[in-house]
Amino acid sequence: MKALVWHGKEDIRYDTVSDPSIESPRDAIIKVTSCAICGSDLHLFHNLVPAMLPGDIMGHETMGEVVEVGSAAKGSLQKGDRVVIPFTIQCGECDQCRRGNFSVCQRTNRKGALGDKAFGHRTAGLFGYTHLTGGYPGGQAEYLRVPFADTTHIKVPDGIDDEKLLFLSDILPTGWQAAVQADIQPGDTVAVWGCGPVGQMTIRSAILLGAEQVIAIDHLPERLSMAAAAGAITIDFTQESVVERLNELTGGEGPHKCIDAVGTEAHVNLGQPDTLLDRAKQMLIQENDRPHVLREMIYVCRPGGVISIIGVYLGLVDKMPMGQAMNKGLTFRMAQAHVPRWTGDLLRRIEDGQIDPSFVITHKVDLSQGPEMYATFRDKADGCIKVMLQP
Amino acid sequence: MPLTNLTGITRSKGDPRVEEKGPSSLTAPDRLARALGWFSIGLGVAELVAPHRIARSLGLEGSEELIRAYGLRELASAVPTLSFDKQVGLAARIGGDALDLATLATALHPGNPKRGNAALAFAAVAGITLLDILAYAGVQAAHHRDRGSARRDYSSRSGLPRGPEASRGLAREDFDIPSDYRAEGTVAAALPAPAA
Repeated sequence: MKALVWHGKEDIRYDTVSDPSIESPRDAIIKVTSCAICGSDLHLFHNLVPAMLPGDIMGHETMGEVVEVGSAAKGSLQKGDRVVIPFTIQCGECDQCRRGNFSVCQRTNRKGALGDKAFGHRTAGLFGYTHLTGGYPGGQAEYLRVPFADTTHIKVPDGIDDEKLLFLSDILPTGWQAAVQADIQPGDTVAVWGCGPVGQMTIRSAILLGAEQVIAIDHLPERLSMAAAAGAITIDFTQESVVERLNELTGGEGPHKCIDAVGTEAHVNLGQPDTLLDRAKQMLIQENDRPHVLREMIYVCRPGGVISIIGVYLGLVDKMPMGQAMNKGLTFRMAQAHVPRWTGDLLRRIEDGQIDPSFVITHKVDLSQGPEMYATFRDKADGCIKVMLQP
Repeated sequence: MPLTNLTGITRSKGDPRVEEKGPSSLTAPDRLARALGWFSIGLGVAELVAPHRIARSLGLEGSEELIRAYGLRELASAVPTLSFDKQVGLAARIGGDALDLATLATALHPGNPKRGNAALAFAAVAGITLLDILAYAGVQAAHHRDRGSARRDYSSRSGLPRGPEASRGLAREDFDIPSDYRAEGTVAAALPAPAA
């Protein structure tokens, strides 16, 4: 089959690879109908995530049709079923899964010993990601083996386009969880850093959850225009001071809720000198992440407020103002999205016409164009915000 | 070679294997930049560990510390050149090339018995400078944000079919923040209800 394969830094190739097969009774094989490039794929593209191997298949936003089912998964899946595959692999039986913390499932990371060493305790297996999370082949391919398939799927109805359903795999529940874990209440002012695909979903989720004022922070005009389309007030951080503007919009009190939809690769620019230092340290492997957004959120958040982190961080960060955070009594919530916890509800909202996630797609191309689309997406060229791929 | 190859991490047995490699996201300028980055490391290390030999061969005796400093400069420019911010590294390399050429020019005078070596080195650095400029221009062209169509405006893409205002709080009709995600409370809510 054909697949997008990681070969090293900035080196994604459209390769021919062997077909996947059923390895365990709980497996299923799906024929991929649509997949997408995620912002976190760019961290792999930049080789910032440790423990990748040349030959790893990329992709964790995937949907398709079931073509083969293992004996133990036949109770919940049948050939021909149309499914979206969550980026997290969950057993559905461990203590964490029973609590709804699916992204820290205790049983699906097949390289759990590595996860234990890296994180202290293992987290869930993830598709198309580092071997610290199992090194499972991803879904930017013609076919995908889904382990624990009986619990790792979202059945979706016919009659709704892939474009509207595909993002149940990641960015829609991820944006939703960013808003939920901020504990957004009606009347809140919510500031969202980063207007990439996850930030866009977060903005819509904050609106649906009743935020009175949503403020979107980025520097790319096309992303800010998309944020404004959902009713957000926008701040271009290259044109004005984020702190001053947020204080101005909140009567000097600061936002109630601050959401980081940027993560490890904050934009590097002369106007924010800490970003230059972080990038230099990152090049010299003295720091894993560039946490400018975290610093800014802690500084500007209203005392007693909530910091919600949904942008991916990878390891060690420097110069974190914990004194400010502690003295202001901030609450921190963060996680990889517990996808299946939210997808039933979100699918209903799509069917009900409350949200249409297809708005975020700016490029829809054949899988064979994947390598060049990685560069286009990374370079923010051609107005690119979200790439959908079809084998 | 990725560090992971040294750590013993291996692909699981049943996983798909690459049978035939296809087109890559790496462009020719990307590959040229990478080669120049590794060249920088090689030259930088040589200048750091053998400045006396280099000075002697060029007739630049007395410039050993300068050559050592140039070695450090080479290594410093190699780091960004090998990173995904390669434009920065290549620009630094072009500046370094100018310094190298200026220094070598001082060794081209007729009184230098190693003038021939210095002329050869000058020509080599001039060639490398050309490659650096080509790589810089190529990388800029390949990865510039303005390539492709004009900037786009997505102000019609709300993603909220009922409109932003009608959608505000819509989910509240049948969804409340789960108890394990509640962060806020009020003293009033926490106090026991007053006795009737």
